[in-house]
Formats: sequence, C-alpha cells, structure tokens
Amino acid sequence: MDPLKVGDRRVLERHDFPSLFRALHEKGYQVVGPTVRDGAIVYDRLSGVEELPIGWTDRQGPGKYRLERRQDEALFGYVVGPFSWKKFLYPSHERLWTATRDGTSFVVAPEPVDGPPLAFLGMRACELAGVAVQDRVFLGGPAVDPGYAARRQRILRIAVQCGQAGGSCFCVSMGTGPGVRQGADLIVTEVLESKRHYFLIEVGSPEGAAVLADVPLKAAAADDPAKAEAIVGRAAGAMGRTLDTEGIHDLLLKNLDHPRWEVVARRCLACTNCTMVCPTCFCSTQEEVPDLAVEKVERWRRWDSCFNLGLTEMHGQAVRKSQLSRYRQWLTHKLASWHDQFGTSGCVGCGRCITWCPVGIDLTEEVAAIRTAPPAPATSEGKK
Amino acid sequence: MTATASEAIADRVLRHPFFVDIDPTLVHAMVSKAEERSYDVGEMLVHEGKPAEEFFLVLEGKIALEVGASDRPGITVETIEKGEILGWSWLVAPYRWRFDARASKPTKVIAINAAAARYALAAHPAFGYHFLMKLLPVIADRLENTRVQLLDIHGH
Amino acid sequence: MATDALRPQGHSHGTLGAAAHPYAPRPFVVRARTQETPDTVTLRLAPQLPGDRLSFKGGQFNMVYVFGVGESAISISGDTTHPEELVHTVRAVGKITNALAAMTPGSVVGIRGPYGQGWPLDSARGRDIVIVAGGLGLPPLRPTLYEIFRHREAFGRVEIIYGARTPKDLVFAEEVRTWLQRSDIRLQITVDAAGRDWNGDVGVVTVRIPDARFDAPNTTAFVCGPEIMMKFTAQALVQRGVPSESIWLSMERNMKCAFGFCGHCQYGPSFVCRDGPCLPYKTLAPLLALKEV
Repeated sequence: MDPLKVGDRRVLERHDFPSLFRALHEKGYQVVGPTVRDGAIVYDRLSGVEELPIGWTDRQGPGKYRLERRQDEALFGYVVGPFSWKKFLYPSHERLWTATRDGTSFVVAPEPVDGPPLAFLGMRACELAGVAVQDRVFLGGPAVDPGYAARRQRILRIAVQCGQAGGSCFCVSMGTGPGVRQGADLIVTEVLESKRHYFLIEVGSPEGAAVLADVPLKAAAADDPAKAEAIVGRAAGAMGRTLDTEGIHDLLLKNLDHPRWEVVARRCLACTNCTMVCPTCFCSTQEEVPDLAVEKVERWRRWDSCFNLGLTEMHGQAVRKSQLSRYRQWLTHKLASWHDQFGTSGCVGCGRCITWCPVGIDLTEEVAAIRTAPPAPATSEGKK
Repeated sequence: MTATASEAIADRVLRHPFFVDIDPTLVHAMVSKAEERSYDVGEMLVHEGKPAEEFFLVLEGKIALEVGASDRPGITVETIEKGEILGWSWLVAPYRWRFDARASKPTKVIAINAAAARYALAAHPAFGYHFLMKLLPVIADRLENTRVQLLDIHGH
Repeated sequence: MATDALRPQGHSHGTLGAAAHPYAPRPFVVRARTQETPDTVTLRLAPQLPGDRLSFKGGQFNMVYVFGVGESAISISGDTTHPEELVHTVRAVGKITNALAAMTPGSVVGIRGPYGQGWPLDSARGRDIVIVAGGLGLPPLRPTLYEIFRHREAFGRVEIIYGARTPKDLVFAEEVRTWLQRSDIRLQITVDAAGRDWNGDVGVVTVRIPDARFDAPNTTAFVCGPEIMMKFTAQALVQRGVPSESIWLSMERNMKCAFGFCGHCQYGPSFVCRDGPCLPYKTLAPLLALKEV
C-alpha cells in the first residue's frame, strides 16, 4: 500500500489489534490505556490487548459508578473512569529541583524529565479537549512549564470515538465531542457487527501514519465512514445530561451572592474529589523537603485543590473559609473565569465531577438552578 | 395586600418602640408599602453595595451586621434585636447598604419601602424632624459603642 | 467582568535568570539589615551569580526563598535605578518571614522574580497623584515614590497619606521625616491610636481624603495596605470624584508559583501574581463588596 497520509482511512480487524501494540513497542512507546482495577476502569501501563477492559461497560450517574459485563467483547465499550490523562502529563507529585548547600549559599539542580515516550491508547474526544485546555494553561501563557512541555512533546494520541454515552456525560453541550475532530494522531472507531469486529482508523498526523506503517491494514469500505458517523451519532443522542452554556460567564459572575450557593454549600463536603478527577483542574502547591541535616533540599510540586482551606491561607487564616465560598470559586472558575483567563471554558463535559462526587452534586443542575431562579434582589425577600 | 393586612402592619409599626410617639396618620403614609417578612437562621437580609431600597423594624429574632472585605469571612460588628431599627443607608447618599445583614436567629421584621418613607419625611418637615431626632441618638450610640470596641479593651 | 485591565500586558515575569527553570531561585547575599519597627526589617541584597542584577518596576514583587524553609511573596521596596541593590522590607509573621527577619549580613537568600504588573505611573503623567499607604503598604509604594521625586515636573499635585496602627508601627520613619520637609509634595501621617507623646493626626487614612488637595477628575491614585483599608479608601476617593479606573489597589493573595500555574492567588478572574498585584478599582469594586472571594 502507498504510505499513509493525514486524513487516510483504513480498517484494522480485531484479530490484528495486537499488531498495533507491537508497532508501538517497536517505535519505543510505552502504551498507556484503560484497564480494569479495583472495580473501575483506570489508565495504566498496558503490555497487550488482553489487559484492555474487554467486554466491560460502566454505569455512571451522580455519585454512582459501577462496572457491568457487556453482551459483546468490545474493547472500548465504556466512557471515562476516575483518572484522566492529566496524571501522565502533569503528575500528582513531581520533584522540580534539588538544591545543595554551598558554604553560606546553595546550588540548584533542576530535575530532568526522562522516561519513554507514551502512547495514550483510548483518548476520548472530551479528554483530547481536556489536554488542549491544559496546553493553554501550561504552554500558552507568558510562562511555560518545562516538565509539562517535555512530556507533552513525547506522547502519541490514539483517540477512540465513543459509541455510547455515559450517564454523566455532556460533551455535546460543551462542543467537545463525542466525535473527534482534531488533536489526535490516530482516530479509532470500534465497529461491532454480528459477524465482524473491526476498527476504522483515520490518520490524524504524520506520527500516527508512521506507527501504522507495519500494521496489517485493509482498505476502508465505502460505507465505513458513514458507519462511524452513525456510531458517534448514537453517543451524541444519548447524553446523560445537558448544560446550557448560553451567557454562562455573566450568569455566574453576576450572581455571586445568589441564594443557590447556600443550597449547594450545605451538600458539598469539600472532599476535593471533583478537582482530582477533573481533566483540566491544575491547582498545585510546592513543598520544601530538606534532609535531616538541611544540607540538601528537594522542591516538590503536588496537586492541590481550591477546596482545600490551605490554598487561600493568608495572615493566618483562609480567605475562602466557608464551603460556600470554595464551591463558588470552583464552579465560577471552571465555567466562567476560565474564559477570561484562557479564552475557553474550563469544562469539557466529561461528567467525572458528577460521578465521583460522594453526594452527587451535578454542576449542570446547579447552573440550571441559578439560571431559572430569580436573581438575588437588592434585599432578600425571605418569606412573607 | 388586603386592607386589613395593611392595617395590621401599620398597627404593629405604631406599637414598635421607634414609632410609638409619632403622629399615626404620618406613619400610615410612610408604611403604605410595608410588609412583614421572616428569615431563617443564616439567611441574608441585605448585601453590601446593593441599593438600600428598604429599612427594617425588628419584631423578633436577631440580625448580625457584617463588615469586612473580600479576603475573609464577614466579621460581625454588631447585632440588632427586637424593638430596634435596621438601616439608615436609605437616608444617606449613595443609598447603598454599607454592610451585610444576616439573621442569626429566626427573625421577623417589617420591611418599609425607603422611597415612600423618604417622600413622607420630605413632605412633612415636622415629622421629618421628629423621625431624624429619634434616629440620631441611635446612630450616636452606635458610634460611641464602636469607639469603645476600637480600643480592644480585652486585648490589654 | 473581564476587561483589558485584567489581562497580562507584556510585563516582566521572572526575567531573572530567565533561561533557567522558572521554579528555581537564584542566590542573593544580604549586605545590610535595618530594623524598621519591632517586627519589620529591611534587607539590602546583592546578586551572587553574574548577570543577576534585577531590573524591576515599582509595585512588582519577588518570591524570596530561605533554604530549607520555603518561599514568600515580598514586594520590592528599593530604587529602580539601582539594580545592583535589591531591597526587601519584611514583616515577621510566619515561619519564612521570621527566618528572613533574622538574617544577618552574609546570609544568602533565594530570589525568583520580578513578578507582576507594577503601578502604572506612566498613566499618571500630567495628572495629580494621590498615594495612600496603610502600614506595610508603604514599602511597595516606595520605588514609585522615588520615581515621582525624580520626575516631579511630569506630574501635577502629589498628595501622600500614610497611616499606621500606632506611631511605633511607622516604617522608614527617618526617611519619611525627610519627605515631610519637601515643599514639592504634601504628606500627611496619621495613626489609629496613640498616646500623649503623639501630637499628629489620629484616625483612619480615609479621614484625610475629603480635605486632600487634588483635582479629582484629573487624579490617579495608588492605594496599598490591608484590603479593608484599600476598600474604604477607594470608596472615599470615588466619593470625591476620582474616576474608578484611575484608582489602583495592590491586591494580595496566597502565592506559591507567582506565574499563574498554581492557582492559589486567583481573585475573581485575575491571577494576582500575573494580572496584578496592581489592579484598577473599577474592576475590583464588585468583588470587594463580597466576602471570601
């Protein structure tokens, strides 16, 4: 076959899928992808097809997640689990530098970024959007994060288009999916028919084309693209919820004293689950870790959360002390202020915050409540 | 509002310590748009910076006045109780609330429309004088108490 | 909520050793130490590594590092025309600032910076200037005051109001006394409370504003101090007719990275480290009226 170029479509049969793993290993990639562990589908290093969640699906809703067996042997028949790809590009714990005493002074040695290039197998459209959002944060401003930049250059993005929607999903509302439009090196759609199980693959980049060079591919049939569209369309039509984003920036930022915040604050535990599972949340803190003699120190960065009291500590107390103020900060940042800061929404509609909230707070519901309830009047009406 | 309901409110206003010796017909003019309200613990009555379109006579409960800036929770500097009046921002430009007010106990108030009240005071100067002379000692007391609070007498 | 004033505008962000890792501090040695008040110290620093002279704009800050302890965001309080000497005035309130306040000449600290948008002095050319400093709000304003003194003819009337809790909390006391002698500016000093040995003004800084001499519509104001002091000061200035877009406050929030990655210093849509700390009252006013923002 002719060498592949961007936009080309080919078919990979299910029984040939292991050759994709071989090709990736030969090119020096460590494959990272979905696997079942502890009752959830998480992202971890994979050595072969058999480690994928074959025949599994997930049932998600506010505060609920469980796995169920499918009737078929789909490799990608689920949506997103508690982890996002953020943990590989922006690790939860990272050593930034080591400093050693030098007389009265000190010498700083920045931490090199090493490790093999990673192939992210099974990125959903919302997750690609999530990486793009974090790209703007860490690469798009006046400062560039060297660790993120180094890791980001070395990943291969193998996207999978969703054929079903999860109970918490609302990517359609956020314009981030379920179809993958850009940002992937390969775009895979799984096709499961009674007599045939195959994958339609579209080439998204020269790196993607290079990986497929030694993979046994067939020509795509004339109706394959339409089949893929229909599969994606099925997912688009079955979204678990919607978020009306019309005027959402002003809706939230002009209603910072709306009575609804009190309602949601009574439920929120400030447990930080939502920020941990969110693919775009980026708050971090730094820690100075000296050795016993304080001759050598390590500076570590680790994930933090706007729900943590310590985040806003100033002059001995937290600025955002109440649950209300912290929930309000998280939601208004994610859906409103993010636009001012980075030119996009901070939310990609993956629904993880809804699924993994122990009390099932649903941000689409909170926004709808602020939208439909009357705005706070000059004085509150109380009850008459 | 029905005639009996508004009479009932006017009646309660007349019996409130602040209005008890003021000409009843003038009080009726002032409270033509008054209404009774109740607030649960923690509910906000007013927000700082918002237009002061009303003031309140407290019938029951307790209201905490909070001031501060946006770098911490509000600090309660004073509490207002049954028999007292909440709010004089409606009398002084720019007619915006200068504090947050939150019910710290289940609270019942009569909310009186500020524009109607300002009009009644302006249209009847003698009434206006009496009303302001009742209000001035309240503000003077609060100023003096605030000065003593400033000394942080327990800090030494 | 967003206006151009809230977006970063081509500022210097950590130009010190810019090719190096953005999180890595550079060593600076303490040359001199002055005790300003019982809990406030001024440190004069010099760079140890070649090429590390720090050019800055008044209103900017550094992350100042104590080896083995940690970093704290501290405004630069020295002279912009003397980059060979880096000056920081530190109040000892926590672990890091206590360590800094205890430093003696010869000790080495780490510096990352400068960060932030400084005071927009250029926008005040040809206008009257009002400077209102509360307590430790004076150090972040001092570099800009030096600029104003150096280019006095570029500005109209200059009114400075400096307030502190008590007379012994006034910083740069000797230097401020020399400013009182100047005939080209008007300086008022006030304290919140004092004993009989103080025959100056007593009262909050806002009390000085109604009688201060400036042409309000043609005035730019720089205000620095505790947030509640800045809030009431800005309100008093607006009451006198100063346009809210010409009143600048230096906001403060908890900082870790100081370049917009850690999320700590967010205030509404702004990153105080990067879009501030100097921000216009026009956009701050609705947030200042709230609590816990």
